[in-house]
Amino acid sequence: MNKVGLIISREYFTRVKKKSFLITTILVPLVIIGFYAAIIAISLKDSDEKQTIAVVDEANLFNGQIAEAGKAFTFKFIPNETEKTFVTKYKEQGYQSFLYIPPFDLNKPDKFILHSQSSASLPTTSAIEKYINKAIRDKRLVAQGFDPKKYESIVADVDLDNTIDTKDGAKKSVAGVAYAVSFACGILIYMMMIIYGTQVMRGVTEEKTNRIAEVIVSSVKPFQLMMGKIIGIGAVGLTQFAIWIILIFAMQLALPLIFPDLLNQVNNTSGNAETASMAATAMQGFSSLPLFKIAASFIFYFLGGYLTYASLFAAVGSVVSEDQQEAQQLIFPILMPIILGFVIMTKAVNEPNSSLAVFGSLFPLTSPIVMMGRITYDIPFWQMALSMLLLVGCFLLFTWITGKIYRTGILMYGKKPSWKEMIKWGFRKS
Amino acid sequence: MNVLELEHIKKYFATQKAVDDISMTIAEGQIFGLLGPNGAGKTTLLRMITGIFYPDSGNITLNGKKFDAMNDAINIGYMPEERGLYKKMKIGEQALYLARLKGMSKADAMTEIKRWFVKFEMESWWNKKVEDLSKGMSQKLQFVTTVLHRPKLIILDEPFSGLDPVNANLIKDEIFNLARNGTTIIFSTHRMEQVEEICNHIVLVNKGKKILDGTVQQVKQDFKENIYSLGAPVLPEHLMTHIFEVVKHEPGKLLLKLGDGTTPNDVLRYFINQEVPIISFNEVLPSLNDIFIRLVEGTAAARQFQTIN
Repeated sequence: MNKVGLIISREYFTRVKKKSFLITTILVPLVIIGFYAAIIAISLKDSDEKQTIAVVDEANLFNGQIAEAGKAFTFKFIPNETEKTFVTKYKEQGYQSFLYIPPFDLNKPDKFILHSQSSASLPTTSAIEKYINKAIRDKRLVAQGFDPKKYESIVADVDLDNTIDTKDGAKKSVAGVAYAVSFACGILIYMMMIIYGTQVMRGVTEEKTNRIAEVIVSSVKPFQLMMGKIIGIGAVGLTQFAIWIILIFAMQLALPLIFPDLLNQVNNTSGNAETASMAATAMQGFSSLPLFKIAASFIFYFLGGYLTYASLFAAVGSVVSEDQQEAQQLIFPILMPIILGFVIMTKAVNEPNSSLAVFGSLFPLTSPIVMMGRITYDIPFWQMALSMLLLVGCFLLFTWITGKIYRTGILMYGKKPSWKEMIKWGFRKS
Repeated sequence: MNVLELEHIKKYFATQKAVDDISMTIAEGQIFGLLGPNGAGKTTLLRMITGIFYPDSGNITLNGKKFDAMNDAINIGYMPEERGLYKKMKIGEQALYLARLKGMSKADAMTEIKRWFVKFEMESWWNKKVEDLSKGMSQKLQFVTTVLHRPKLIILDEPFSGLDPVNANLIKDEIFNLARNGTTIIFSTHRMEQVEEICNHIVLVNKGKKILDGTVQQVKQDFKENIYSLGAPVLPEHLMTHIFEVVKHEPGKLLLKLGDGTTPNDVLRYFINQEVPIISFNEVLPSLNDIFIRLVEGTAAARQFQTIN
């Protein structure tokens, strides 16, 4: 085995064998899934709770009942009260809130008020708005001589499907899913670049402050040591990523088996029928995505972005000593373009073909993140090719320059060098 | 045969002439002491010999061939002054890793590690981590990792710092052992009593320049000041003579500095004539410590920064 291979395997195995690696690798997907489970559980639970709302209907808009109230609300109509008289009493009578409907002009309905002890939730006010609107609409229909029941049967309610025509045939697209996948990929690359980049930096600083670097560079070239470390840690990242993918798929398969009633509950609750059908369309949308292309680009851009930034992190690690504050100051300029990439990515998922998105996905310091934000949309071939080419070129250039900074920095002790000195190291010959 | 030859080695940094035209030769099996005050350029010189730095000018010849840092790594063992080991790595794995980086095969490295671990009674350490070791223990480990790959040339930068006398002797014996078997050892330190005890040949550098080169005996002869010690139970109170001057007068002992042209026999004759019962008479050679201080004294204690054109 050659020496770089030895270094790579040491970097890789010391990290993978650590307990903390196992814990984070397994815990992170568990936490993510647990988080979603909690959200689903909470949203299901919320709908079970019934709210009782008193109604003072001076205009007699509802004729004493709200038919569509469903499971979420119970409306109690309070006769012989006005807004002013009831507002002092509703707390004592055990109501959290009451709806006041004043006499109003059918052509200009306003001044409807929901009195409550604390601010009402958005779903509550929007549900009540819906009931009022429907009641007013029915009144207006009657005034115009229409039968509201007949009107219901006339009104159409269509869903628009978007079909993408590819060589492999037509596929159903779901805008929301494409958006979510793009966004998730972008965030994941952003996080992995920062997490593994800082690991490289810490590893380099550790070697420098322990003076082990001095022993090792008497057997291998500093550049080999740097590349061995970067590649070894990158391999740890890929391993972790692979384990996550396997775990997440396993969880998705296992979840319905562990909680068989979860999906049933979703299906049975009439109020949540939409959620169930959404889950179905999400799955459909997911399968319509070019999954292989996404996975392949993800790996390429993760490696490209990681390698480009890791060499910068390694250079920073080589010039600082134990002082963490020094490191913070030097990392900041490296983090700037990563954060910029993240910001452009959030725009790019909405407008994948805007000039900002195109620029961001070509510029090599932001392209790994931004390109992943556009990945579920159709990207012209030339953009993809140019972006990859620029990224590889940038990686080579950076590694060449930072290798020289690293070589000098790793054996320097004492004062932190200035930017000017570091740049001088980076560009000198041999 | 000379293992290592340095010819006109120069290495300038931005604000220092760290090594300024140093030449020296080191013969096979020699224990060679590289001495100098702090900041004299010792570490820079050693780093060039280990291939960490390249000299700005000059030639390094190892075993008669031009020094090639990458391929000669197997021939050199370097123990830096500040100890370097991975704190979180297991001791056995660490020794194996460092040996293989030097170019040893896995099986070969294993046998060698086991041999050294038995010799230094370190077998029980295999699965411990470096952070569990005391300073002296990690020093021993560092020494083992330095000599493990049977290098022809071993460079030790302050190898005894932090070791108790028992462990220091253990390593000292190993150094003698290795030298007897033909290994050349470069030993860098500023502890002069160790140098006198161990080294055959010394070089003193100061401010990047070589100021002294020779065997320990030769150097002492060169710097002797004609001082003799005379022991007698009863000594005359007044010693009025032109043939020597008294440097120190202690009960039962005199330190004498002989004048020009005086031989020890003249001195003995003088005392015998005075009926002084002499029980000892011997030459006092200066210690390396005195020579070191004399040579380095007067130059600024801390090295000043200079401008390099």
